[in-house]
Amino acid sequence: MSVITDKVKCNGCGGLDEPQCVKVCPGDLMAMGEDGKSRIRYTADCWDCMACVKACPRGALETRLPYQLALYKATLKPKVKSDRIEWTLIDIDGEKEEFVIRTL
Amino acid sequence: MAFDPKDIETQIVEADVLIIGGGTAGCLAAVEAREKDPRLKVVIVEKAHIDRSGCLAAGMNAINAYLHPGETPESFTAHVRADALGLIREDVVLASAREINTAVARVESWGLPILKDGNGNYAARGRWNIKINGERLKPIIADAARRAGADIYNRVNVTDLLIYEGRVIGAVGFGVRDGAFYVFLAKSTIVATGGTAGLYRPNNPGSAHHKMWYPPFNAGAGYAIGIRAGVEMTSFEMRFIALRTKDAIAPTGTLALGFGAPQVNAKGERFMQTRFGHAGGDGAATPLRVYGPTLELKEGRGPCYLDTRGLSAEDVHRLKASYLDMYPGIVLYWAANGIDPSKEPVEICGTEPYVMGGHCQAGYWIDPDRSTTLPGLFAAGDVAGGNPYKFVSGAWAEGIIAARSAVACAASVGAVKHDDKCTVALRARVFAALERFEKVGDGVAPFEMEERLQKVMDEYAGGISTFYEMNEERLLVALKQVGKLKGQVRYLIAGDLHELMKAHEVIDRIDVAEVLVKHLIHRKETRWPGYQTRLDYPDRDDQRWLKFVNSRRGPDGMVEMLERPYMQIVPGDRYLPPA
Repeated sequence: MSVITDKVKCNGCGGLDEPQCVKVCPGDLMAMGEDGKSRIRYTADCWDCMACVKACPRGALETRLPYQLALYKATLKPKVKSDRIEWTLIDIDGEKEEFVIRTL
Repeated sequence: MAFDPKDIETQIVEADVLIIGGGTAGCLAAVEAREKDPRLKVVIVEKAHIDRSGCLAAGMNAINAYLHPGETPESFTAHVRADALGLIREDVVLASAREINTAVARVESWGLPILKDGNGNYAARGRWNIKINGERLKPIIADAARRAGADIYNRVNVTDLLIYEGRVIGAVGFGVRDGAFYVFLAKSTIVATGGTAGLYRPNNPGSAHHKMWYPPFNAGAGYAIGIRAGVEMTSFEMRFIALRTKDAIAPTGTLALGFGAPQVNAKGERFMQTRFGHAGGDGAATPLRVYGPTLELKEGRGPCYLDTRGLSAEDVHRLKASYLDMYPGIVLYWAANGIDPSKEPVEICGTEPYVMGGHCQAGYWIDPDRSTTLPGLFAAGDVAGGNPYKFVSGAWAEGIIAARSAVACAASVGAVKHDDKCTVALRARVFAALERFEKVGDGVAPFEMEERLQKVMDEYAGGISTFYEMNEERLLVALKQVGKLKGQVRYLIAGDLHELMKAHEVIDRIDVAEVLVKHLIHRKETRWPGYQTRLDYPDRDDQRWLKFVNSRRGPDGMVEMLERPYMQIVPGDRYLPPA
């Protein structure tokens, strides 16, 4: 896997010509599915740059590294604020670590 | 939707200055051009979206080419020369060194957070480095280009330069979203697309094949359009092989420079000290820092590591925070594999070889003003040759210099003359893979051709599987096989516009690979161990090879090899860093 869509949270950026994740993906990999939700078209081609995850206004996307490199499972989720990103990391043992990094 | 070439719309865009590639160099070029002359129409054409395209998509946590107080353009150039083992374009490096600090200050004024020390000076991370919070580096410079009034065409893939009577008059390409045929007519053109990844079999297979350091979407279009147009290229044989963390392929500068972690082998030996102490140990020239661990692996003393075991828990937290600004995947990788860098060392490896001019010096043969050998065409960033160690800030400087030259050039040119005939053949080439998919159906998918290219290059042109080593006979096999692939591109098929982009990426990679192999064959010495290890010519040979290997593809498709002299400008021992 590379980018996972939470289909409950994703609303396809209704109203925009193009969902934010589709707009920013440097590899042109994100697309709108027939269900009106964003999805990655070619999972192996993802660079794991997380541009889409950070651009998503609803926190609906998650980067999951390929299993050959990463055991099930850890999560790394950014919350993008106006002047910082708040990252939450949960490792394979369920340990949580948080980071606040300024962006302005 | 059935494809019919007659249905393709043509979009004609006129510009004073056309910038191909809206990345690190391209955005700064756009700002500079508009500031020099606000009446100019400056157009950026970008394959992705300028907010998150190119090398900086995930961000950056340091500026690695900066002149701290006491340093000079000359001392920087002497450092770059020693790091590139004695051979660089000193005139070209000096020109950008003079611009680096003002470029950094300019981007800081747009909102880039740069860390300061207690005295208000930029916090140093090493002799030439400063620390930044650069997660938003790309959107910051993209915003600046927009504010400056550049016209931006996102999701347009440039496939060829447009040439009229020996002069570059723009470029053509296709819309990755709208499928239109784009013709850009410009008084002057700057190519700033970035270098090439994906020429060689990558570190990880299959589902992780794009887990690489250099952007996998940088497929060498900027080089390929120049090669096909007969522009002179230099130093492709100085490939870049990066020392990276194994599996996640994250940069190691954060660990080595930011946290002082030394390289050790499986026996715990600090082999850079014991075997490369004479060349500077852990501070040896960049090629040697990847050649060292490669030798350890080859000779049975691997795995190799960066020894992070001295770090405190607080250090590790800061280390992870630092990576989140640039390469978040490594943080997730450690978490998923239960790795604590304070308890176990971080395993390292070399990447597959890239061709790029930001760390090494592959690229267009340019003058200090960034003009190329074709009138009307300028180069900046990773496609500009002879100027290694430019990284982000040097690419900014180079974009600024190229823009000044392109503005002056545009002022000297009247209306752009062109001939519709020259776009007809290019248009057919642009959409050939879509047309074949519709009309024939059977053929070769872009990923299949990419896989074959990567296999050939890995096995015969010094890839990971051969510890990056090569000899003439194997290189000749590579050349023959790449030549066969060139003959196969007409069989490429693309079912949609994304696939069409992938088709052009592999076509471009093949053209770059051919030139690369010719360069590797031509240099009969080992100038840059690791990057360019010739088993049949294992030593450096200043007497015969202290010069540049250049090339130019002729109208007949043959690549002609040229040699250009090296000129020393900054005095001193070329192999020693400045005092």
